[in-house]
Amino acid sequence: MPDTPEILPLGLDGVLVRFTTQFSDDANLAAQALAAALEADPLPGQCEVAPGLGSVLLRFLRSETARADLVSALQERLAAPAPRLPAPRHFLVPACFGGTAGPQLIEVAQRAGRSETDIISELCNMELRVLALGFAPGQPYLGMLPAHWDMPRMPDLSPQVAPGTITTAIRQIVLFAKTSPTGWRALGRCALRPFAPGAEDPFLLRPGDRLRFTEATEAEISALEATGDPMGGAIRSFPK
Amino acid sequence: MTNALEVLAVTSQITVQDLGRPGFTALGLSIGGAADRRALWEAAALLDHTTPQACLEMPLTGGRFRATCPTRIALTGAPMRASLAGRALLWNASHTLAPGEVLEIGPAEAGIYGYISFAGGIATPLQLGARATLASAGLGTVVNAGMCLPLGPDPAPDTPAQRLPLEPRFQGGILRVMPGPQTELFDAATRTRAFATPFRAGAGSRQGVALTHEGAPFASQTAGLLSDFITPGDVQTTGSGQPTILLADCQSIGGYPRLGTVIPADLPIAAQARPGTALRLAPVTLAEAEALSPEEPALLAQLRKALQPLIRDPHDIADLLSYQLISGVVRGDEEDL
Repeated sequence: MPDTPEILPLGLDGVLVRFTTQFSDDANLAAQALAAALEADPLPGQCEVAPGLGSVLLRFLRSETARADLVSALQERLAAPAPRLPAPRHFLVPACFGGTAGPQLIEVAQRAGRSETDIISELCNMELRVLALGFAPGQPYLGMLPAHWDMPRMPDLSPQVAPGTITTAIRQIVLFAKTSPTGWRALGRCALRPFAPGAEDPFLLRPGDRLRFTEATEAEISALEATGDPMGGAIRSFPK
Repeated sequence: MTNALEVLAVTSQITVQDLGRPGFTALGLSIGGAADRRALWEAAALLDHTTPQACLEMPLTGGRFRATCPTRIALTGAPMRASLAGRALLWNASHTLAPGEVLEIGPAEAGIYGYISFAGGIATPLQLGARATLASAGLGTVVNAGMCLPLGPDPAPDTPAQRLPLEPRFQGGILRVMPGPQTELFDAATRTRAFATPFRAGAGSRQGVALTHEGAPFASQTAGLLSDFITPGDVQTTGSGQPTILLADCQSIGGYPRLGTVIPADLPIAAQARPGTALRLAPVTLAEAEALSPEEPALLAQLRKALQPLIRDPHDIADLLSYQLISGVVRGDEEDL
């Protein structure tokens, strides 16, 4: 990660603060810290701030500030000591692995050089951070996984994965919010639905949240799904 | 029922749209809203709104509707054959619907997205601060025959009807592109070639419109590129090097490199481009883009100055026709006011 991020235009009302163009845990944390600081103490004219995988998007009202003024205010903010991130929320999420819910579990285990049991156990003992939400509303990119999880996307897309499907590629986990084609390998499924359009706050997760899977049977996950509760049996928990 | 629009028939995937949901990028929700935002500001000028209200977006063709209350409407966007109780209606104008009269919207003469806006706005429930439809996420309202859509009351039903010149944006043309965060991932020769290439619109949707061209794909330095934020107007090239212009319902982040961003003033041309329409990309600097594409509320002030009364004096008919770029919309038997 370079010492100073690039500041670039993204559309007429957007400034992108880019810490990296390749995945880096440090850059992701830096982006989340900057976004939290800008949320807590907005720059003049700022109307939206969003942390991404390795960057922060800052949108502004052109009627309230010129880009040049916003950029210099931003540079001052970047020169200040890095702010502390707010305390994250922790969730424990029941999930089932393998079988029809995770048809590529075997292949992932082989690529990682582990047994299926070990790979499930490793995943369920890991605290995953929400790196960013995207692709679909509320859909989390989680990480960062150890080096042996560094595997490319599949050359051919799975025509369709179900909502709640837990997939992996490039040292990350994506928990699908809705039915979608994907090149990521499916490991299993949970009953958590990260976007619940009918709810007052339809977004269950926020960038920086921590999440850990706990193994359940497919029958248990199906029973949780049948309740219709988008939390899918997930509980707020405390760090291990 | 009071103040409702009865949907008698629909002939395309009609949705309720407004200016979308800004402010949710961090949560993975892009802004969405009308594919042709200019059409909503034109309706706001015609109906004397300070900001656009929720309206119906109709791709390629419309349907039949009936209001239960008197209300002014504005017809904007892609010019469509429109009639009220059998009388042809001028496009890009406001009109009054009397209760029980059937409004019929037929095929677009050019372009894709036509809009019906209402003086009181469509009053479907707000979700995350807007009424815009993002069908894939279960937000908003996909309009079906038999529905009754709530309408707000017309605050000034006696306001005379008005019209606006039809801004030509339905036949393709030049799309000005400002630099973006990934422009430099394309080498200078590739950028020069992209800006010299004649394109045609390919398949399109509310997510984006593909561009087709003769010749080599547009390669970029993309190995291991981290997914990053997208904004509507971005010219994205997929793995095969084929460009797509991203529109209102694009994803919030993506991993494909983007050549730059079509400026907001020109984005309606891309949204309204039917397959086969000729399009060119032209580079502009950031400073040029800022001057060429004012903020939307400034556009409203410009549109208000261009308003003209919708007069039915025979002397005006020739003038009315001159504003119709598309033959067949005006048939000389428009409603008398």
